[in-house]
Amino acid sequence: MQNRAKFGVGIGVIVVALAFLAWLGYGESKTYYHTIAEYQALSGSARNHRMRLAGTVAPGSIRHVTGGTEFVLEEQGKTLAVRYVGSDPLPDTFVDKSQALVEGRPSSDGRFVAEHVQAKCASKYEAAPGGDKPAAPAAATQTSSM
Amino acid sequence: MDVFGCFSLLLAFVCAVYAFVGGIFAIKTRHPLLVKSARQAGMATCVLIFVATFCVEYLFFTDNFSMAYVVSHSNRDLSTFYKVAALWSGQEGSLLFWSTLLSVYVLSVLIAYRNKNGELMPYVGVVMAGVQIFFLTLNNFVENPFKTLASVSASGVLEPFTRMDGNGLNPLLQYPEMVIHPPNLYSGYTGFTIPFAFALAALLARYPGEKWIHLTRKWTMIAWCFQSLGILLGAHWAYAVLGWGGYWGWDPVENASLLPWLTGTAFLHSVMMQEKRGMMKVWNVWLVFCTFLLCILGTFLTRSGVVSSVHAFANSQIGPWFVGFIVITLVVCLVSYVKNRDYLKSENQLDSMVSRESSFLFNNLLFLIACIAVLSGTLFPVFSEWFTNNRISVGAPFFNKVMIPIGLTILFLTGVGPLLAWRKTSSDSLKRNFGWPVIVGLIASIILGVIGYRDVYSLVCFFLCFFVFWTIVMEFYRGAKVISARSGMSMMMAAHELSMRNTRRYGGYVVHFGMVLVFIGLAGAAFNQDVQKAMNLGDSMKLGPYTLVLQSADTKVEKNYTAQRMIVEVLKDNKQLMMLYPEKRQFQGNEQQAGTMVAIYSTLREDLYVVYAGMDPDANVPVVHAFLNPLVKWIWLGGVWVVMGTLLALMPNRRAALGVATVPDTATAPAPALTPTATLREGHD
Repeated sequence: MQNRAKFGVGIGVIVVALAFLAWLGYGESKTYYHTIAEYQALSGSARNHRMRLAGTVAPGSIRHVTGGTEFVLEEQGKTLAVRYVGSDPLPDTFVDKSQALVEGRPSSDGRFVAEHVQAKCASKYEAAPGGDKPAAPAAATQTSSM
Repeated sequence: MDVFGCFSLLLAFVCAVYAFVGGIFAIKTRHPLLVKSARQAGMATCVLIFVATFCVEYLFFTDNFSMAYVVSHSNRDLSTFYKVAALWSGQEGSLLFWSTLLSVYVLSVLIAYRNKNGELMPYVGVVMAGVQIFFLTLNNFVENPFKTLASVSASGVLEPFTRMDGNGLNPLLQYPEMVIHPPNLYSGYTGFTIPFAFALAALLARYPGEKWIHLTRKWTMIAWCFQSLGILLGAHWAYAVLGWGGYWGWDPVENASLLPWLTGTAFLHSVMMQEKRGMMKVWNVWLVFCTFLLCILGTFLTRSGVVSSVHAFANSQIGPWFVGFIVITLVVCLVSYVKNRDYLKSENQLDSMVSRESSFLFNNLLFLIACIAVLSGTLFPVFSEWFTNNRISVGAPFFNKVMIPIGLTILFLTGVGPLLAWRKTSSDSLKRNFGWPVIVGLIASIILGVIGYRDVYSLVCFFLCFFVFWTIVMEFYRGAKVISARSGMSMMMAAHELSMRNTRRYGGYVVHFGMVLVFIGLAGAAFNQDVQKAMNLGDSMKLGPYTLVLQSADTKVEKNYTAQRMIVEVLKDNKQLMMLYPEKRQFQGNEQQAGTMVAIYSTLREDLYVVYAGMDPDANVPVVHAFLNPLVKWIWLGGVWVVMGTLLALMPNRRAALGVATVPDTATAPAPALTPTATLREGHD
């Protein structure tokens, strides 16, 4: 019985320590998903969360400026101005009309400041001609760091 | 050929249903002919799936652009090599490929055990057929690869038509590793079906003893080896192709492949507890069940994209099917367990905190916690949306915070576990076994700290790596010394002889050594540096000991793509070292698609990783992004050792020559507490 108690304590310590680390990591990296419409309706502290928004890159909107790249995302008639400031090069699939997922926080000037951008070339990989099924999730490229 | 393939696939489904239903009747009636016919239906299913797969490949090779799948994933200019890989580049083909690889395993099992284990095999056949039915349902009725192109004509009827050329293969997949990575990973995913089938069958049949574990050991190791190799190849592909300088981003698809690996690794260790001490029987059965379910979940996450995109699940037709299959499997496992749980009673109890048993217990516990952490992190968006209506995801910091301590503790146990005695270890044997490894580890980490590797986790990792390495060296040395003294062989020959006599034990050590190398490589990530610069011709930039000079740029036209290539000269300590050629490739196809080719100069000390990041739009000059990633090569080297160790462990034991006693277990020699039955089973250590 004494052995069982010892094991119980050992296991308990491990689980509690890891749960604490998980909680720290969660606080540091939690990111909210929103649609552009939802994002624009956010108010108060919810606007300061780290978040992830998806949309289609508006044709002709990609502009390279000092310190980053600016573009506009569109989704269901709503638009969002984004500035990408990450250090990684933008993925090759990031072009006009590609589906992009941006991650970052809003800035005071109204733009969304993205640190990470993922993109997938929608028209190319999703719809097979003659079919209408999505395919190949591998088409998404990622810019992030370990 | 498309009709032929489509028909084979349908017939395979019929055969699988017969193998399943007939198998159940065979178990009920025990009629030998019925048993035989169910088995043969199982074999026919496999052969028919092979035929269907061959048909898809044939359609690719003959550039049959009336087929929707061929049009989406190939074009005339695509090289032969990649036409083979085009099979698994999309949804329909991937699922068919899953069935194919599963069939390889199923057919091997059915043939290998056709005249053996008569009590158990009908059950195994039924479980395997059940899994095949699920995938064949998807192949036939949900994601059929044999769809032809058709359009509605003026008169309102559907008319087939043929395209002149296809859309081409996704450029990200046009890389040699992408041809071998998915088959490896899928072989891992599918391979765990076999231990699952045996475990469930043994439970249903109340098959006596630990025989199912002996029967499935080989299969589990083969699946595990493929899974490990698949994960590493995937990491290498991400490293060499995606161009962000890393190899692991805690992406849902990556995590999905890690999950069954974690439980599978736990299982490979915990079976030893059952074999040696008759403990953890329930645990083992559930580990196998979970591993299989995680394989299905992994396939589901990879194919449906449920985590990576908000809308993917709704769009994907296979989502509900997979969820349904997972639920059914879980219910079957639970019911079989509840009905037969008395058969899984443990024979022994834990005796001491410092024993082999407890090290296995903690090893398993950590693998399980790791699995739960990765699983919850991966599925966090899905669950948070369920409970709070807010879709929240967690990123790399979450995974790193939890997984680094777990990984280091498991590494510690890798060194400690094998040297602890069963039941109880004396403090005397602890000192003798661990004195030197601790000293070696300390010296090595102090030296590494002095020469500049200063990071707490990394130094702990280096210490543990050398500690584990030295325990392995000592194990080989002690065993080889005994053989060498008795037979007069040289130490090298004796070490070889030793490994061949107990392949499982020493193969395991080689795998552990491979993991040590992997950990050394992972520890290097703390010291990564990078620099990015828009460069005119002749400009240079410095990174660590290297200076990069942009010499020139050129354009290279190939059959399937046009490459823009930067010619970068690398200097080290102002002496010319080599040239690197990072590229951007524009692939032909209906749309603009680009691919990055990273140029890597790889040494044991570090990788110089150079990416051509595109043109700077203001200055109109190329941007070069260079990374200095220390020790990455050790990860790939470790992978080679893991595979070699697994192969060694799969080999049969060589018998000791006459007159030469078997090598005593060094850890247990001073504490002769082993029960006689355990000593007899030494070969399975």
